[in-house]
Amino acid sequence: MALQSGRVAVAALVVAAAGVAFGQGSTVDEIAKYREALQDGNPAELWEARGEEMWTAPRGPRKVAFTQCDLGLGPGVVKGAYAHLPRYFKDADRVQDLESRLVWCMVNQQGVAPADATKVTFGDGAARRSDLEALTAYVTGQSRGVKMDVALDHPKTREMYAMGEKMFYYRGGTHDFSCATCHGADALRIRLQDLPNLTTLEGAQKAYTTWPAYRVSQGELRTFEWRLYDCFRQQRFPELAYDSDTAIALTTFLARNANGAAFAGPAIKR
Amino acid sequence: MADPMKIRANVVGDSTEVKVLMNHEMETGQRKDAQGKTVPAWFIQNVTATWNGKTVLNAQWGPAVSKNPFLAFKFKGGAKGEKVQIVWVDNRGDKRTDEATIA
Repeated sequence: MALQSGRVAVAALVVAAAGVAFGQGSTVDEIAKYREALQDGNPAELWEARGEEMWTAPRGPRKVAFTQCDLGLGPGVVKGAYAHLPRYFKDADRVQDLESRLVWCMVNQQGVAPADATKVTFGDGAARRSDLEALTAYVTGQSRGVKMDVALDHPKTREMYAMGEKMFYYRGGTHDFSCATCHGADALRIRLQDLPNLTTLEGAQKAYTTWPAYRVSQGELRTFEWRLYDCFRQQRFPELAYDSDTAIALTTFLARNANGAAFAGPAIKR
Repeated sequence: MADPMKIRANVVGDSTEVKVLMNHEMETGQRKDAQGKTVPAWFIQNVTATWNGKTVLNAQWGPAVSKNPFLAFKFKGGAKGEKVQIVWVDNRGDKRTDEATIA
């Protein structure tokens, strides 16, 4: 009798151990399956459609359309433009990412007041919709399948890249965190979310090319600036200002490190 | 005025496969805002799909359907160039009608 129950106990232990190992592997697999299932009906398309409409419409006090906005490949050219951003723009005398460039075009070409241009950077439902998110969805969607190719051909871009790298490894805040604390090693996670290791080529490419993304949990499309903004919040860093040099520097650093990978956004994430 | 739907319709064998993305808040009526006030329910209640004037799908929806819903279905028949029309009506009486050509 005693022998028998011992055997049962051993068997149960084996099952339990197998369950744990199986559980971790399968969670990751199941999340991957979930993402795949969602891919087909990505609501990001709704943002892309809205952004496309906004692109050609006359806007602002000067009634100028975004077709005058140069994203680096000439006025109004969107096809493949995102794969080369951030870059240095002579007219603005500044390195700009896509969101900053859109704001610049709104202010300098369309005559929109700077405060109005960045009034709603991150949308919240039907009552607070963000034009910037829709425009970003449209422009990035036009680079789908294009290989990331951010050139460090200008001293200011190189300077931005170096600043971004420094920022990535800079530890601070109440938690003494840097970006690298979470994104500098393999197989780290927050709760069930696997965190990409952005110091590897594969990790950087996979992460950068899948933003912007539709966040199912928020029901919103989020841009790369939002990703950085929310990472800063999670790090307990000071609030990251939209269109700031810090945001652009980090974007330059991460975008450049993703060079060579085909852009795959706007994606869908849980 | 609600934003347009995104509709794709493709012939697959002897059927037509339709995929629809709708733009809607789909508020459950269970959430509270920052002031603690209940956010009123606001969701699509009825979805109808017609092909050649014939109803091929009619669905009654409730607040359990997600925000910006995605609907995929198949019906027998349909040929390239024909039209599929989708209509949704929400609990506020708002309505949206969109059409797609079968490819």
